[in-house]
Amino acid sequence: MFRNQYDTDVTTWSPTGRLFQVEYAMEAVKQGSAAIGLRSRSHVVLACVNKAQSELSSHQRKIFKVDDHIGVAIAGLTADGRVLSRYMRSESINHFFTYESPLPVGRLVVHLADKAQVCTQRSWKRPYGVGLLVGGLDESGAHLYYNCPSGNYFEYQAFAIGSRSQAAKTYLERRFESFGESSREDLIKDAILAVRETLQGETLKSSLCTVSILGVDEPFHFLDQEEIQKVIDTFEKVAEEEDEAEGEAEAAPAAAQAEQAGDQDVAPMEI
Amino acid sequence: MTKQHANWSPYDNNGGTCVAIAGSDYCVIAADTRMSTGYSILSRDYSKIHKLADKAVLSSSGFQADVKALQKVLKSRHLIYQHQHNKQMSCPAMAQLLSNTLYFKRFFPYYAFNVLGGLDAEGKGCVFTYDAVGSYEKVGYSAQGSGSTLIMPFLDNQLKSPSPLLLPAQDSITPLSEAEAVDLVKTVFASATERDIYTGDKLEIMILKADGIKTELIDLRKD
Repeated sequence: MFRNQYDTDVTTWSPTGRLFQVEYAMEAVKQGSAAIGLRSRSHVVLACVNKAQSELSSHQRKIFKVDDHIGVAIAGLTADGRVLSRYMRSESINHFFTYESPLPVGRLVVHLADKAQVCTQRSWKRPYGVGLLVGGLDESGAHLYYNCPSGNYFEYQAFAIGSRSQAAKTYLERRFESFGESSREDLIKDAILAVRETLQGETLKSSLCTVSILGVDEPFHFLDQEEIQKVIDTFEKVAEEEDEAEGEAEAAPAAAQAEQAGDQDVAPMEI
Repeated sequence: MTKQHANWSPYDNNGGTCVAIAGSDYCVIAADTRMSTGYSILSRDYSKIHKLADKAVLSSSGFQADVKALQKVLKSRHLIYQHQHNKQMSCPAMAQLLSNTLYFKRFFPYYAFNVLGGLDAEGKGCVFTYDAVGSYEKVGYSAQGSGSTLIMPFLDNQLKSPSPLLLPAQDSITPLSEAEAVDLVKTVFASATERDIYTGDKLEIMILKADGIKTELIDLRKD
């Protein structure tokens, strides 16, 4: 994307019908470290790569508990993500106070999307610079949604956002059809394997990733380091053989992405 | 010209009695399960005890609609606290929150007579007793509700727990064992049931200890 004369205000349309400030906000999501979500019929797993400012600091929290039955993983401006998580918690608590029942996930994402849309239509505001992977369980089953800074939201079987997420998406695209019937353990394993894809070469250690899960009879909680390390240990040996085969498959999508970035006429919001 | 008084009251008294006793490493919270209005019984099986946090249990008599509303507010506030602090509220913290919540409605009070029981940060039992607008005190034992005037003098006689305001400062913890405290509770409720028409049916006892909560349900006179 290049600078142009229609990109100063969020309330200025371009002649081709695009709001550049909103698209720039979506670029901010791509700058954040990766976050991944997948769901089966009964569980939702959210995982992310731990990124720290420097070796001296602790890593940023990118996964938040919204309620026992809803969790959110963010990528982009984590401050915006923190504020939105607080909003989601408040909505969840208020819903329970009024209706004595847990907030359906589909309702929550609509509230979030409407909130994001407001920021795309006020000259004194700016869009939220964070993408949210909202995972939750309600009467209609397990759900995974992605909320955009544009105010759009989509439901997914599995998705990845943030930097180097294309590698994880490629992995998920190959496997997603089986996720619906996956066991809890297989789902966790697939999440960690997807995280490994985004690291592209770096050895996967439990300290590098955060994994959370929620499901039927299982309120939202984080997996501790030992649990994650155990799952990593089960496939680290097999990984050495797989790596050679995957190295060829990854070169192709990377080239396709470079072409798309230079294409100004396709509005990326249509992904 | 005498002042005209309302012929409708927003309040009702659903009766019942609540008691709590604090021990060195436990807390006993008990209440009867009768809910009444006027001279009628609405339910013989209504619990007046509500767990607010792992270490804090609230028992309230009075107007149960207000009690329910109060419980909902406290539950929501506790959820917010857990999100912000990443841990459960301690009993003394919940005690202050309850006081603030009650005083917030100083000019249209919750008609709720509360006894909060639980374990403090050191694992010792604590009981807090309230009036309808939030005045509270940490005590070793307390009774609230329709049978409180029958029970409190007897507890004073048996437990003689001094007020924390007296000098020299003494622990407001009763020197009873858990079994003795439960026995005492059963005794006082049996006596109160005899003379208070609003107390009876069943007695629900919750025993809070560091490793968890146990509940007992005992029959009382149904008349």
